[in-house]
Amino acid sequence: MLNRAKIIEVENLVKKFGSFTANDNLTFDVYKGEIFGFLGANGAGKTSAIRILCGLSPPTSGKAIVAGYDVAKYPNKVKANIGYMSQKFSLYNDMTVKENFRFYGGIYGLSKKQIVDKTNYFLEKLEMEKTRNVVLSEIPLGWKQKLAFSVAIIHDPKVVFLDEPTGGVDPITRRQFWEMIYENADKGTTVFVTTHYMDEAEYCERVSIMSEGKIEALDTPANLKSTYGVNSMNDVFIKIARG
Amino acid sequence: MVSGEQIDSPFTIHHMSVNIQIDSISKKYADVMALNNISLSIKSGELFGFIGPDGAGKTSLFRILTSLLLPTSGKASIGEFDVVKDYKKIRQNTGYMPGRFSLYLDLTVEENLDFYASIFNTTVKENYELIKDIYVQIEPFKKRRAGDLSGGMKQKLALSCALIHSPRLIILDEPTTGVDAVSRMEFWELLKKMQKMGMTIIVSTPYMDEAALCDRVALMQNGNLLAVDTPNNIVKSYKGSLFAVKAYNMHKLLDDLGSLGDTSQVFRFGETIHITSTINDDKVYMESVNKQLIDKGYKDISIHKVNPVIEDCFLSLMDKDVE
Repeated sequence: MLNRAKIIEVENLVKKFGSFTANDNLTFDVYKGEIFGFLGANGAGKTSAIRILCGLSPPTSGKAIVAGYDVAKYPNKVKANIGYMSQKFSLYNDMTVKENFRFYGGIYGLSKKQIVDKTNYFLEKLEMEKTRNVVLSEIPLGWKQKLAFSVAIIHDPKVVFLDEPTGGVDPITRRQFWEMIYENADKGTTVFVTTHYMDEAEYCERVSIMSEGKIEALDTPANLKSTYGVNSMNDVFIKIARG
Repeated sequence: MVSGEQIDSPFTIHHMSVNIQIDSISKKYADVMALNNISLSIKSGELFGFIGPDGAGKTSLFRILTSLLLPTSGKASIGEFDVVKDYKKIRQNTGYMPGRFSLYLDLTVEENLDFYASIFNTTVKENYELIKDIYVQIEPFKKRRAGDLSGGMKQKLALSCALIHSPRLIILDEPTTGVDAVSRMEFWELLKKMQKMGMTIIVSTPYMDEAALCDRVALMQNGNLLAVDTPNNIVKSYKGSLFAVKAYNMHKLLDDLGSLGDTSQVFRFGETIHITSTINDDKVYMESVNKQLIDKGYKDISIHKVNPVIEDCFLSLMDKDVE
């Protein structure tokens, strides 16, 4: 790890909403090409932390540097250098596949030629050439999520944030989705991912588990299991989240 | 504790059996077959699970059972009531917790509950015993707006609202989707309690590991039933022997295992990869896999036989469905 570049650096990060502390002094680093699992119970503070890391919400105190930029000082630079997809919102349902690529490519400042090249590249890779002119609402969820991931990395971001990307997806597509994650991490893209599927926690290089605003544990899945003396990430999670 | 017999509400039909009969139900939206000739029966008092990903048809089926959607063809009944003809009776006697939008986010916890109670012509006080176990967990936040609750608490409020008219049958559409592993576990403990109180429970979930918690399950995919049985029987009917393999460099291992002979299925499964042998001799198979991996330069190889879980079965049934 020591010789790997840091893509996310978080130091003493605090986020308060009134008297409520959503993020309580978070400190961690995420490295280039790492698949980093960001887990926690509902209400543990994951969403608040992700919003800060994406430059959407300023920290109350502390520091976060993402893709080389301080999130508090240069939120727009951060946004330009990251990708984001979530289960709830990713693509526009009333636009075709091609239009979605064009729209997001345009937002990220790609040239017309780059957009065409990228669209061709991803559609060929996903074997979804036939869907080019299909309106998104008519495409099955599993395919949509693969498209959404492709769109999220259309501008070759240094880091991509995936917020429950596989929720509700069938078990075969879920595994194919993780193949895409591995492939891109191998190419050097950092992947920051949240999930409620505990088998997927095993696929991450390192996993952090949040509880009540704090990071309670951060290590490789193997080390976490041995530290907590259990056989699965599900048991690690339950031990931490139930206190 | 409240038992089924003690529940007293004008809307409970005490003698009503809630055997559920689904006969050749199909639902078509334009040219999409959301449900393809589904038939099955659910017994009164069962905790029955529909397991499948988004688009399997779970929600369409639940909306038909709760009289909110008309089937394209086929019939379904709950007890003596037909879901189309007797829709009023169906609605009075069924609790339904939809996947989304069952709560008014700008009403408080308390207001939501009062609202649902008044719709069914009852009061929270009258049926408090029924929801007590669940409601005490959210009662400290009763003045909070539903929109400001965490995911786990929202589910508990939605369940309280679906129970407030003391139905004998409750239909829950993906109550645990997007809910963390701990809250999911607690939610299933609640369902078990409700079942003990005499309720019939139909629940859907995309989480395969939750199948084991049901009495019987239907595995669904693209509007079709892949299997209907007890979780135990489904697991028992798995074809071939299943092995969990582990070695240094898991990602490359997946590719290499994909090209093994005598192997029908290769899938990543948490920290191991599950492979299914198509030959009878487990020992021969294990030795052969081990040798092939050593030849490819793998170190720290571990391979051992494991019992399949529902997700293995689902993957295998899905594979067949594609063929």
